[in-house]
Amino acid sequence: MKAGVQQNKLRSALRTMVDHIATGLAILATVLVVAPLIAIFAYLIYKGASSLNLAFFTQIPKPVGESGGGMANAIVGSGVLLGVASLLGIPVGIGGGIYLAEFGRGTRFANAVRFTADVLNGVPSIVMGIAIYSLIVFQQKHFSALSGGVALGIMMIPTVTRTTEEMLLMVPNSIREAALGLGVPTWRSVLSITLKTASPGVITGCMLAFARVAGETAPLIFTALGNQFWSTSLNEPIAALPLQIYVYAISPYDDQHRLAWAGALVLIILIVLAVSLVRYVASRGILKGAS
Amino acid sequence: MGVGIEVTNLNAWYGANHTLQDINLPIPANHATALIGPSGCGKSTFVRCLNRMHETNPIARVTGSVRIGDMDIYADASPVEIRRRVGMVFQRPNPFPTMSIYDNVASGLKLNGYSNRRALDEIVERSLRNAALWDEVKDDLKKKSGASLSGGQQQRMCIARALAVDPEVLLMDEPASALDPVSTSKIEDLIFELKSQYTIVIVTHNMQQAARVAEKTGFFLNGRMVEFDSTHKIFTNPSDKRTEDYITGRFG
Repeated sequence: MKAGVQQNKLRSALRTMVDHIATGLAILATVLVVAPLIAIFAYLIYKGASSLNLAFFTQIPKPVGESGGGMANAIVGSGVLLGVASLLGIPVGIGGGIYLAEFGRGTRFANAVRFTADVLNGVPSIVMGIAIYSLIVFQQKHFSALSGGVALGIMMIPTVTRTTEEMLLMVPNSIREAALGLGVPTWRSVLSITLKTASPGVITGCMLAFARVAGETAPLIFTALGNQFWSTSLNEPIAALPLQIYVYAISPYDDQHRLAWAGALVLIILIVLAVSLVRYVASRGILKGAS
Repeated sequence: MGVGIEVTNLNAWYGANHTLQDINLPIPANHATALIGPSGCGKSTFVRCLNRMHETNPIARVTGSVRIGDMDIYADASPVEIRRRVGMVFQRPNPFPTMSIYDNVASGLKLNGYSNRRALDEIVERSLRNAALWDEVKDDLKKKSGASLSGGQQQRMCIARALAVDPEVLLMDEPASALDPVSTSKIEDLIFELKSQYTIVIVTHNMQQAARVAEKTGFFLNGRMVEFDSTHKIFTNPSDKRTEDYITGRFG
């Protein structure tokens, strides 16, 4: 009897210890996940914050040799490129995800689409740049913001499609039946019930895709090209933050190096702001529960 | 007002599985009809054939005819129109999780493009009163999410949601099987109230429940309807040996 009690105590102590170890490992993993992000951010602030001033946000790049200047045109250019990319990538991507989850389930065509999306997701971004170069830039005989936006937009599609599909599949079937049982047409049920129920996850997918292409440089080299001057025309070459960072980072001038660091810092801050804003607006819409 | 249902030679399949065989059944208007039988006997499939929910499963197939009022639902109308006339309450409460109580109840109308706000307010109140839920939720109709209610309240909200589109028939597929005894008795009282206005078909595993709420009862076994008669007759003096064995608890 006493031996049994002893053994139970031992076992319980052992379990507590294993529990502590598991918790410790989980905390360690969390730190390892967050640490690189914090490290990068801290380094960017250290290197770039000193070059951030009003001129950075209001002026275009100065000629080599002159100090100062900013990246206003690149910030706006990135906004234009990402706007075009989102207008293309998000609707097409969500539409594809809806097809895969709600209409094509189990069909051969859907399997082919899913496979294509996965392959497209693995295509190196430079290849996407070359493809759009030959499809749009070469045909039009000039670089343009439009071609850059299209390249980024196509890169967004597979991520948006696959997350939309996954999120829709997580919506329980009972909810679909509830809508159909009320005499709601399928298309309406998909848009107003299933997609809406899945919307937090779908929005996360869109934001992931957005953040990923916001930092892409390679596909823009062949398409948007970059621009030292103001341009917001879709038909002309346009500046972009990642391109400007790239150009400045490989230049031989210290002044431009500093601007490149500042550019990288601004790029990350803008992505964080954009993602947070969308999440905030979306979460308010959902809590209201208006249909 | 409710309308009667006339089922003739109804057969249903899931893939190669012949789940309903030659069902013939007259369901009277403005009464509650209970369907009993062991698990897998086809009673759920049967009610799903009455509003064409059955065919939302791509491998499902149906032959035969179902007349609701003067309409043959497999010949004269689209599934969407039929489901507006034949409401359904499911086994587990299935509120729309992103919607408030108000929007849940109004959803059938709103999603079909109905937007007269004052009329909606009235319909929502009337439906919730009919579902015996109004007093419990009237203060936070638009504040609370439908999913935040208790299970029994959710199920009554789902009944209100079905009533709001003003159907003639109400199908209930084991509506109380996921609920506690208090909620169950509320739902049963409700069925008793509702049958003056609607034709009700209720699938149940619970024979006492069938005896309490229904005038007519059908006993299903292995995809066939063994016996259909007044509830009193089925539970006191069934004609078929298999019915007797089932209600006396020898199997099922």
